[in-house]
Amino acid sequence: MPGLETVAWPSAYGEAAKPRMGFFTDTSVCIGCKACEVACKEWNQIPMEIEGFTGKSYDNSVELDANRWRHVAFIEQQLPVDAREGDSLLELAARNGAIEAGVQTYQEGEGIRWLMASDVCKHCTHAACLDVCPTGALFRTEFGTVVVQEDVCNGCGYCVPACPFGVLDQRQDDGRVWKCTLCYDRLKDDKEPACAQACPTNSIQFGEVSELHQRAEHRLAQLQEAGQDKAQLYLADEDDGIGGAGAFFLLLDEPEVYGLPPDPVDTRRDVSEIWAAAALAAGTLAAGLVAAVFGGRR
Amino acid sequence: MSATNGAGPERITSYHGQPILKEPIWTWEIPLYFYTGGLAGASAGLAYLAELRGNETLGRRAWAAAMAGITLSPALLTSDLGKPLRFINMLRMFKVTSPMSVGSWVLTVSGATTTVATANAWLGVFPRLSRPARALAALFGLPLSTYTAALVANTAIPVWHEARRDLPFVFGSGAALSAGAAALALTPLRHAAPARRLATAGAVLESATNELMHRRLGEHGEVYAEGQAGLSTNLARGCIAAGALLTASRARSSRAAAVAAGVLLSLGAVSARWSVFRAGFQSAADPKYVVGPQRAAVGRGRRKGASRREPRVARSERRLGSPATAPEPAPLTGD
Repeated sequence: MPGLETVAWPSAYGEAAKPRMGFFTDTSVCIGCKACEVACKEWNQIPMEIEGFTGKSYDNSVELDANRWRHVAFIEQQLPVDAREGDSLLELAARNGAIEAGVQTYQEGEGIRWLMASDVCKHCTHAACLDVCPTGALFRTEFGTVVVQEDVCNGCGYCVPACPFGVLDQRQDDGRVWKCTLCYDRLKDDKEPACAQACPTNSIQFGEVSELHQRAEHRLAQLQEAGQDKAQLYLADEDDGIGGAGAFFLLLDEPEVYGLPPDPVDTRRDVSEIWAAAALAAGTLAAGLVAAVFGGRR
Repeated sequence: MSATNGAGPERITSYHGQPILKEPIWTWEIPLYFYTGGLAGASAGLAYLAELRGNETLGRRAWAAAMAGITLSPALLTSDLGKPLRFINMLRMFKVTSPMSVGSWVLTVSGATTTVATANAWLGVFPRLSRPARALAALFGLPLSTYTAALVANTAIPVWHEARRDLPFVFGSGAALSAGAAALALTPLRHAAPARRLATAGAVLESATNELMHRRLGEHGEVYAEGQAGLSTNLARGCIAAGALLTASRARSSRAAAVAAGVLLSLGAVSARWSVFRAGFQSAADPKYVVGPQRAAVGRGRRKGASRREPRVARSERRLGSPATAPEPAPLTGD
């Protein structure tokens, strides 16, 4: 896979183009430490928000928004493990291949399985936010990532409902939208993004997207061999609705379990159809006006 | 807690019931602009054509309505911006993939030409400029009336995106209704026949296209029966029906009735825009409208979805191991 070409990258950059960089988030080894959330906030100087207790497992930040560019999801599941009476947890884990695969699927108490996943802006190949931005504040960098220029954004808010993942949001008292930059400033200095550097289990892996894809395929193969038949790569293929993502994921269950859409689509796919309908409606309006004015007494 | 196991195909899995999409950050100015933009656009067309027909009185009133709409519109839009002083950034580029960008230019041209046309109609200034300005104002009024539908349809919000073929017709007929209603209220009875025809036709078409859209939306259309979207849908229905009846029965003979009908129909047009606006929020807030149809399309094999379980690794190369102990697949270049 030659690194998922986008409309502007690498063509617009010529010789200045860099390899497309991204994240491979392997959720099977996430331990829910939230170091990524903290490192991101620290490095990017994101304003603090007082966060209460949500009651949603260990998740008190709940979603990605203007002030949360990494978000760790916590899911508690009761799995139908093929437990036989008298089995120890270790025996169960061994039978399910969890030990060899290093699969993080703790079974505690009543047979609860924990899933944890660090979510982030996907840096889509076909990015709806970038397509709809009327000011050009959102742009494609030389690394193939999607970044908001804070000195251009006028807070029109179009990107907010355009994003099929609900990533972008407006910062209160500021008016502009903010999101993950894939640490554009650090990338320019050949440093890895703060979240990836802080991740203690290598759940967040940073690198060239083409190389991350190879790692991801091997890891998926490992997990499938180990009997994790629901293990899946998410946003790794260029023929999905966003043309694949710069930040893609290995999940242990369906995307919606993690709060991710199963089939996200860049609205640009339909923009011709939308314009055609708007033009036809405008023509109909013209005909209606003519009929109203000329179709009877003056 | 999210539930996945034992969930039948009809049950929607979500992450703690959290929304997947963000609700728009737009405030009350935006649906009001949908109304004023449509009013300005269709009124300019009405004014131009009325003058062509030789109905100067109606023409002047319609230019006034267009001027009111085109004056309010940029004020509303600028006030909604997170950084209002940066409104000029809207004209940094022209992007066809962004209906908001296209609309900013349409609004700019409409604003300039409508101002010249109205100034000429009422004050007689700009005699030479006003001829092309009138025609351009009428012409650009057409996309001004429907592009706002393209704008909301070109998002990930299911109730807007799935109505992408119907919404422009709802907004277009709403613009006709708005212009007809304003002209009906402003114009003396014996010059108002085209306004009455436009208002009546607009009312019928707005109601019909709205009902058609609701029906074709299927499950997504549920939000039009709930909450604020439901309330304003019903308010719009009532106002438009009452206004249309009044227009057909009494607006020909009584100026007071014509003004009342114009007010009722305008209220209906605003409510209808408000219902579309709020429906988008309600559609974004419930993950079932995102997950349900997407999952169903993948399940039926109509769409591939964004997940893949089959690794692209030859079976012979697969081996067990933990990422902590396995050797790195390849060193990172550039490190």
